[in-house]
Amino acid sequence: MIVSLAVAAAVLFATGTYLLLQRQLSRIILGLALLGHGSVVALLVAGGRTGDPPLVDGEPTGTYSDPLVQAMALTAIVITFAVIVFLLALASRSWELTGDDAVEDDTEDRRVAALTGIEELEETFEPAADEREGLDDDADAAPADAPGSALDPAGGAVAP
Amino acid sequence: MTPAPALPIVLALVGAALATLAWQRVRLQRAVSLASLTGALVAAGAMLAATRDGTVLTTEVGGWSADIGIALSVDLTSALLLTVSLATMLAVLVFSIAQRTDDPRVFHPTYLVLTAGVSLAFITGDLFNLFVSFEMLLIASYVLVTLGGRRDQVSHGMTYVVINLLASTLFITTIAFVYAACGTVNLAELGVRFPALDDDLRLALGLLVLTVFGIKAALFPLFSWLPDAYPAAPTPITAIFAGLLTKVGVYALVRSSTSLGLQDLGPILLVAAGLTMVIGVLGAIAQNDVKRILSFHVVSQIGYMVMGLGLFTVAGIAGAILFVIHQIPVKTSLFLVGGLIEAREGTGALDRLGGLARAVPLVAALFVLPALSLAGIPPFSGFVAKLSLIEAGSAAQSYVIVAVSLVGSALTLFSMTKIWAGAFWGAAPEDAPEPAEASDDPTSGRPNHALALAATIGAVGLTVLIAVASGPLYEWSVTAAEQLLAGPSGTVGP
Repeated sequence: MIVSLAVAAAVLFATGTYLLLQRQLSRIILGLALLGHGSVVALLVAGGRTGDPPLVDGEPTGTYSDPLVQAMALTAIVITFAVIVFLLALASRSWELTGDDAVEDDTEDRRVAALTGIEELEETFEPAADEREGLDDDADAAPADAPGSALDPAGGAVAP
Repeated sequence: MTPAPALPIVLALVGAALATLAWQRVRLQRAVSLASLTGALVAAGAMLAATRDGTVLTTEVGGWSADIGIALSVDLTSALLLTVSLATMLAVLVFSIAQRTDDPRVFHPTYLVLTAGVSLAFITGDLFNLFVSFEMLLIASYVLVTLGGRRDQVSHGMTYVVINLLASTLFITTIAFVYAACGTVNLAELGVRFPALDDDLRLALGLLVLTVFGIKAALFPLFSWLPDAYPAAPTPITAIFAGLLTKVGVYALVRSSTSLGLQDLGPILLVAAGLTMVIGVLGAIAQNDVKRILSFHVVSQIGYMVMGLGLFTVAGIAGAILFVIHQIPVKTSLFLVGGLIEAREGTGALDRLGGLARAVPLVAALFVLPALSLAGIPPFSGFVAKLSLIEAGSAAQSYVIVAVSLVGSALTLFSMTKIWAGAFWGAAPEDAPEPAEASDDPTSGRPNHALALAATIGAVGLTVLIAVASGPLYEWSVTAAEQLLAGPSGTVGP
């Protein structure tokens, strides 16, 4: 039981990390949710072997499961859930504002790239202002990049 | 009379509930916030008086014994930081009310939840409860960063939330591993059981703890979220974040590394501290906006606190505590002055400012005091804090970190003169807009500049007070550091 839970936690961490490294906000949020689940499973594993319910007929059985980790796991679930919902609300607001689900280039990165003449940022992340239909296609879809919005700061940093 | 340790938290949370109920009446909300924050500050002061001689106040929440319940424990470190934090938060609350940035109805309840989270972080004696307190203050901070819903707020707020949620996930995982290894999350009990573990296991868990709190405290190389996220918020919010939130992370780092006995990680901490100081201040020099410069300074100053911790001597940790105490009001008042400038000129960009020393000499004076203090010029509070750190470093014969910290100080002074020369000296730019009488912010009523100024004076006054009282404060810091290093902080054990 402990081994299978540990494997489950490992799989959750692996997929969560993979999703977290994506360019779409929705995938990042899903990745965080999976990471949260992974840590909760790890917390349950930390309680040791499973046993009987702790309070049967008001008599301790002597072989009951550790209730402390369950209490902690419950708290962690509630908190992670709340923050994930807040993130979804932010992502929805971001969609309203930019019409896109992708994380924008970092303004600071763009400035530095412009200084050194590196063109890769522009290549990997082309403006697609007039192609709203193509949004779901791939990570290359970019937010509307009107000249006036150059000062708009962006979320995740992307190394050139 | 000794107050119950939980009093500041209870006052803040009750205040938050009342403020939520009064959401249609801004005046009532303001009164409730001010009253509960003042009450919490008084309680913190009383706890400081009670723990001054080294007593530790403890409570077992709900009467459950500490091995299965939650223990709250106030020692001198907690009481000192709590008092300074709550005093600073009160000044910022007044500033927010004065600048009318508190208008959206959620501000007051959220701010009070932030207060409760910060207080709980300082007071708790339980690793999992520390996680809960971090989440309380973080969730409040998520809301406050993105309150306006503007585009830059949303995109920067997103980075901030994602990074912090990732750190929280790591935190839960760390707690799981620690619990699996030690069978407890009570910090005092961990202080007994943790050192008995294998060396390899201690190293692995110690590094995890370091990573988690390193992200929260914006330690190199985990700081890159901070200079983007902080300037996006309204100025009073940025001020309180810069002054407080990373310091709570530093406090958690200090508390957990001393409780768990992570002396072996000292060299790693010192390297991270040195890099944090230098890279943070170099980032500040490269910036042009007042708030962004100050945000990079937040990072840089974290290095000094961690330097004290990395030495793992009484003098070093005392220096770190004194540095945190000095830093909270100094950083906050610098941001408040930045807010005053922005409210007056409509911009914080240095190349569009100038001549403020002649136009508003009082604001200039309010900038100079904390700026010189930040750079560590005598006789201000930063000088005392840095001197104690450098003495501690020399005593421990860690001359490299001492040299790095001195270079960092010089660079700090340089970038402060950059703000001074750009904003306060020189001629006012010709195309400058007229001093904004009524800002176009969607706020109700005109900002009360006099009250905002008074709040800033209050925050600056606090830094001056710390400089004046630095003698006794240093003695208290030494007592606090001895308590921390003496192992289990007297929390009720099973």
